[in-house]
Amino acid sequence: MKINDVILKTVVKGVVLIILTFSIYLFLSGHHTPGGGFIGGLVMASAFVLLFLTYDVETVSEGIPISFKKMSAVGVLISVSSATAPIFWGEPFLSQNFGYFDLPIFGKTELATVTIFEAGIALTVVGVVVNIILSISEGSNKWKA
Amino acid sequence: MLLFYILFPLFVALGITIVSSKIRREFLGWIAFSVPVVLFALFARHIPTISSSEAIRTTFSWIPSYGIDLTFLLDGLSLIFVLLITGVGALVILYSIYYLSSKDSFAHFYTYLLLFMTAMLGVVLSDNIIVLYVFWEFTSISSFLLIAFWFHRKNSRNGAIKSLLITMSGGFTMLAGFLMLHVMTDSFSLRVILAELPQLTDHTLFYPAMALLLIGAFTKSAQFPFHIWLPDAMEAPTPVSAYLHSATMVKAGIYLIARFTPGFGGDVYWFWVITCVGLVTLFWGSFNAVRQNDLKALLAFSTISQLGLIMTLLGIGSAGINPAIGEAKGLYTFALFTALFHLVNHSTFKGSLFMVVGIVDHQVGTRDLRRLGGLMRFLPFTFLLAMIGSFAMAGLPFFNGFLSKEMFLTAVLSIGDLPIYGGAQVGWLLVLVAWLASVFTFVYSMILVFRTFTGRPIVDEEYKVPQEASLGMLIPPGILGVLAIGLFFFPNLLSDYLLKPAVEVLVEDGAALAPKIYAWHGFNTELFLTLGIITLGIVAYLLLRKWRPYYQYIPSNWTFNTLFRSTLSGYERLGERVTMRYMNGNLPSYFLYIFSFFIIVMWTTWWIVGPINVTFDSPSSMTVYEGLLAVVMAAAAIAILFAHSRLTAILLNGVLGFSIAIFFVFFRAPDLALTQLVIEAVTTILFLVCFNYLPEWKVEKLSITKKVRNGLIAIAGGLTVTIVGLAVNNYTKFESISSFYENSYELAGGRNIVNAILGDFRAFDTMLEGLVLFIAGIGVFTLIRMRQKKGAEPRENQ
Amino acid sequence: MESIIIVLVGILTSVAIYLLLSKNLIRIILGTAILSHAVHLLILTMGGLKSGTVPLLGENAERYIDALPQALILTAIVISFAVTAFILVLAYRVYQEYGTDRMDELRGSNDEQ
Repeated sequence: MKINDVILKTVVKGVVLIILTFSIYLFLSGHHTPGGGFIGGLVMASAFVLLFLTYDVETVSEGIPISFKKMSAVGVLISVSSATAPIFWGEPFLSQNFGYFDLPIFGKTELATVTIFEAGIALTVVGVVVNIILSISEGSNKWKA
Repeated sequence: MLLFYILFPLFVALGITIVSSKIRREFLGWIAFSVPVVLFALFARHIPTISSSEAIRTTFSWIPSYGIDLTFLLDGLSLIFVLLITGVGALVILYSIYYLSSKDSFAHFYTYLLLFMTAMLGVVLSDNIIVLYVFWEFTSISSFLLIAFWFHRKNSRNGAIKSLLITMSGGFTMLAGFLMLHVMTDSFSLRVILAELPQLTDHTLFYPAMALLLIGAFTKSAQFPFHIWLPDAMEAPTPVSAYLHSATMVKAGIYLIARFTPGFGGDVYWFWVITCVGLVTLFWGSFNAVRQNDLKALLAFSTISQLGLIMTLLGIGSAGINPAIGEAKGLYTFALFTALFHLVNHSTFKGSLFMVVGIVDHQVGTRDLRRLGGLMRFLPFTFLLAMIGSFAMAGLPFFNGFLSKEMFLTAVLSIGDLPIYGGAQVGWLLVLVAWLASVFTFVYSMILVFRTFTGRPIVDEEYKVPQEASLGMLIPPGILGVLAIGLFFFPNLLSDYLLKPAVEVLVEDGAALAPKIYAWHGFNTELFLTLGIITLGIVAYLLLRKWRPYYQYIPSNWTFNTLFRSTLSGYERLGERVTMRYMNGNLPSYFLYIFSFFIIVMWTTWWIVGPINVTFDSPSSMTVYEGLLAVVMAAAAIAILFAHSRLTAILLNGVLGFSIAIFFVFFRAPDLALTQLVIEAVTTILFLVCFNYLPEWKVEKLSITKKVRNGLIAIAGGLTVTIVGLAVNNYTKFESISSFYENSYELAGGRNIVNAILGDFRAFDTMLEGLVLFIAGIGVFTLIRMRQKKGAEPRENQ
Repeated sequence: MESIIIVLVGILTSVAIYLLLSKNLIRIILGTAILSHAVHLLILTMGGLKSGTVPLLGENAERYIDALPQALILTAIVISFAVTAFILVLAYRVYQEYGTDRMDELRGSNDEQ
């Protein structure tokens, strides 16, 4: 069964970009407004899932040659190691720090170590969610046939 | 700084796993070899500082709110151990590079070995008892991994499990003991605990804590009757046996007892329990070593026996802490000193003997005494090394074992002069046991060297003609052999720099009271005892064929091994019988138990507590939309029950999810609303993708009674939850803690309180949540890929 | 409002329990999903509804709503997603291996021990 999905494909091309941008916005704005690592990650994952649903797995994997498995592992590694790092500065496990800096373009900006931790969480979320969906569809290609 | 020393092997181990596939395997060995060498040099640099009785301390906070800090302390006692760990470690790794065969995974081996090194360094350097416990269990785990290194052998797996069960249960009892110590002294720091313990002898927990601690130490150091795991642990590759099961890990128990001597020493039970357990172990180990046919089993029992010897000395020495001892204090400090001296000696000669046996096994292909003999002509250097090791172990002159054996006899003789504890009455009996054990020690030392290397050469067709081992395998035992001889001639060098500072840690003025070691101290009782050992030992060895067969009259099923096995299988059977009563394999039944239990517990509680206040008061107002939404949700939920196709059911579930998202908006939870929306979408997609491969659901054919029963439980469950909710809703007995989080901008620099909680205040939850998600991802991935592995060759039960 | 939500939670719980007690795997999975919905609502309600404004300090409000339940629920939502995904895949693999999704036919056998 072949469905004519030209409209879907065309729309998705644009929409995915918007969703990805939005996800990064959500991730960065999480410190002061709704958003953050989880939500940013989830939205980004849903963008990828949308791509995989619209096009087939092979096409997308060619275009985005990222191993989502490794991505989730790297995410966990980042969040755990950013949690461990403070020990070496004599701070308790999982201490977070923040400070205000004057950056050339952005002006007075707040930089926080939470962002590293949250980035790890976000990567984990993206990696795992996409990986689950991919595994299922891949598995079926292999075993069902 | 000490933390970096400890973690250094771990980092290298991580590095090894990463680069293992890229570089040549021998290289991994050399990388691993560099670790203990560097550490040995770094620790050795501290010898001058430590020998002037100072200590090096570093602190990192770990869980400050519970007072658990990573405090590390390098003092005289720790220094001996760290030098042993890194020194013997270096030699063992060098040896293993040549010992392992091309079939073995170098990466795994060195990763585990370095993991062990970190753990062991942690044990002897921690000042915090909880940290010490964590490292302690890590040594058990890495020992487990190393014993099961050849995991395709059934014996290896069994030996690994046995050692894990015994040492871990010992570890748990020790943890309980530690917690009691914490209750007694309100501190986790060893220093504080040791300083306060002598004043707390009347505390109710004093003896329970001591007993639990001793069990932990005895299991780790393979003391009678927990020694049964050590012979089975010999299934590990020989370098591992030499390192973990003779030189370092089994000495962790000794370390623990030595460490706690200033606290518990001076107590009569501490003295007698350790001395007696040590002596029994000493005797039982050497008695059993004689009957072994496997060279490694012989060495295992010999290790048990030697550990018993050190234990005995620690027991005797603890009398020196008692203030009532008076003038005789020096005599008992002498025992502690000897314990440490023999600890070092044992590591040198036993390490070299294990390596020698490894060479024999490696070059000949067997280590069964019945199939060995006359190897002297094929392996001349190995023979020389075996002789050095065995003679040192037997306590013959010109080897370090002679010195410590003589001093041991002095110490045991001194029990008879003990002014307290009533030692004078039973002193002669202990001397007799120690003397007999020494005779057996002499006999098995001779068996080890002469049955293997002299006599008629047995060259079967099936064996290759043995050749001398490569230089790389001879150098490490060679170094240890040279040390064994060198320590005989220059024992006071070791004593001044390492032993005296360590004794100073154990006893006040220990360094001043410590003796100067002499090889010759005139014609005294000890010398005659030694001569007796040698004479009787030689006679016994020559007449071995006459009396060794009598061993078979010892009933073979009356051992602790049998007890251990039957206890284990008994537990398994009991557990199975109990479990099978209610575990019928039917998931709905389990849910039935769970929910019925929940309902019964709640209603019984209410029945006991009395009427509870259920009100329908609602502080917040309700708009029409919210009411409608609630009705929609209720309707959707109930409709799921009657859905005829799974697609309908999923869509209804989606309705629920999205409605909740809208509720989150109403209830001022923007973050939740966002998350819920996305998650609901992804979940629905997930369901739909999976539905491709799942059957259409059929209408359930349940009997009416079952339907009614399920319905009743469901309604009762819902009712219970509602009542709990209503009762709790208006219950404000204490202030909410949430106002604290409203400082999030000052404390965490974020204006979004929810995210500040997630990322900062309660980041631990978030981190673990990431892990849970990751584990679920791995789970999904493996479930799908599992099929591929099915065709793989089974490697079990070879 | 609170009492209405609590009653709703009760209804959802009843439905979830009924689904969990059935023999069909998908029904059971749906049951867990609904149960977690119910629990999330309950936790949120326990923290008080509409007792303040959204927990964003940028709002400069007098009173903020309790943020702690929200943080807990956020964690719970993601975890329940992971659990749902895992059981779903488990169900699908079980069906592939054994050709059934009925729990009473999936009781294991004694020769597997």
